[in-house]
Amino acid sequence: MTIALKVSHLKKTYKNGTVALKGLDLEVQAGEIFALLGPNGAGKSTLIGIISSLVNATSGEVEVFGDSLHKNRNKVKSHIGLVPQEFNFNMFEKPMDVLVNQAGYYGVPRKIALQRAEKYLKQLQLWDKRDGMSRMLSGGMKRRLMIARAMMNEPKLLILDEPTAGVDIEIRRSMWEFVQQIAKNGTTIILTTHYLEEAEQLCKNIAIINHGEIIQNTTIKQLLTTLDIETFIFDLDKNPSDELLRLLNAEITDDHSIQLDVKKSEALNDVFKKIDAQGYKVLSMRNKVNRLEELFFKMTQKDSNKENAA
Amino acid sequence: MSNTTLTALYTLGRKEIVRILRIWSQTILPPAITMTLYFVIFGNLIGKRIGQMGGFDYMSFIVPGLVMMSVITNSYGNIVSSFFGAKFSKHIEEMLVSPMPNWVILFGHVLGALARGLMVGSIVTVIALFFTEIHVYNIWIVISTVVLTSIVFALGGFINACYATKFDDIAIIPAFILTPLTYLGGVFYSISLLPPFWQSVSKFNPVLYMVNAFRYGFLGVSDVNIYTAYAVILSFVILLTIICLYMLKKGIGLRS
Repeated sequence: MTIALKVSHLKKTYKNGTVALKGLDLEVQAGEIFALLGPNGAGKSTLIGIISSLVNATSGEVEVFGDSLHKNRNKVKSHIGLVPQEFNFNMFEKPMDVLVNQAGYYGVPRKIALQRAEKYLKQLQLWDKRDGMSRMLSGGMKRRLMIARAMMNEPKLLILDEPTAGVDIEIRRSMWEFVQQIAKNGTTIILTTHYLEEAEQLCKNIAIINHGEIIQNTTIKQLLTTLDIETFIFDLDKNPSDELLRLLNAEITDDHSIQLDVKKSEALNDVFKKIDAQGYKVLSMRNKVNRLEELFFKMTQKDSNKENAA
Repeated sequence: MSNTTLTALYTLGRKEIVRILRIWSQTILPPAITMTLYFVIFGNLIGKRIGQMGGFDYMSFIVPGLVMMSVITNSYGNIVSSFFGAKFSKHIEEMLVSPMPNWVILFGHVLGALARGLMVGSIVTVIALFFTEIHVYNIWIVISTVVLTSIVFALGGFINACYATKFDDIAIIPAFILTPLTYLGGVFYSISLLPPFWQSVSKFNPVLYMVNAFRYGFLGVSDVNIYTAYAVILSFVILLTIICLYMLKKGIGLRS
């Protein structure tokens, strides 16, 4: 299997003394959609900045499809397409010009650049906006424009840094479809996101980064099996009694709802039986939070506590 | 040079020139109006009372200086506003993530600055024709000095833009360094009018060599030796190019 990205012992200390990366190691296989999660300030953007040549590493090595960033920076750059977190295109240019210029910087001849721009603007539903001012686009459109721009050099590795932040659900889902489509066509994708549902939907493998280190690097499936308790909310037909709360070891969340932790080893049938025996009907039931979100929170909290203790 | 590099250079140069033309009311028109006022006030109204300078009437004497002054300020201003603007709004990252070589990033922006410098210089020259006859002693000296001087100030502007972190930083150098050097660089007078001490001090001002070499191309007179002037201008081109490329390589002011 080809390795798309290999990061070895990567360290970054900023001039103000902030240590952003502490010897980080990471491998991403070619052809996959890889999730990179971490709380704000964990080092995700620094890592992406180094890979895409926007930040200088203090030490360590980055290889993209076997090419060393240190030895062959321009070759590495030609493999990568970047969708950063913040809008970073010229707001006074037309979307068409933003794309064609970006292709030109990668050495794509203008004629081909115009064809590609048309293709990606149409795929990302921006074609009718091509000749307006980019600053007039909505937030979601601006994000899609950055995705189209990142595709102009037809990269082997596409890095999406929170691509769906602030985007409504409908557009988010259409962007997911686009990402899945380009992954099917062979592009390796690294995705950072705060929407953990997004990672769960799109990615097979995941790395969690915190305090400049990878604290977990595994498959999402494997990661979820480590979660032994899930929190459920049951909506009942009437106000729960103290007796019911005591029996289920539950908490009341509002007039007709209770919340309780259920161990994976425990069957939900038992919970239903106890509720039924007390004369209540369950009108609906749901997870309190996204499972991955809960796990992510626990892992980063645990890591922070360890750090504080040290 | 590979085709991809040429494409990148063409793209950047084209983008810069399109920008200048798109905002012509900010880039082309103001210097044309300012220089017209200089011609009317200094050349026509005051100049008539001054009489001759360097063997020519005062209007003819200041035309090369004023053309050069507009080239200097516009070349510098173009690259500073374009490059710092790209830094400020972060679309500089479009170039930094691309495999475009550093010299292309530099040369593409210098091309834009040169284009604006020459556009404005040409317009100011045409305006000058309404006020006086223009002599041309040696067209090659005129062209080479204006191009090289434009490049010098484009490179200087690039360094300023790299270091700048806020808009104040790109206003300070033109206000406190560029304008005094230009005004004291023999645009409006021959340094032969100055006492010997100030003549010597003036010779540390690089703009003096640029203005005088350019004036020599028009009028055949100069306060400095023309070869010395070329040596000074070329030295600045080489020195500033090396500094710019070093800054780009290290990412000074561009990468954290």
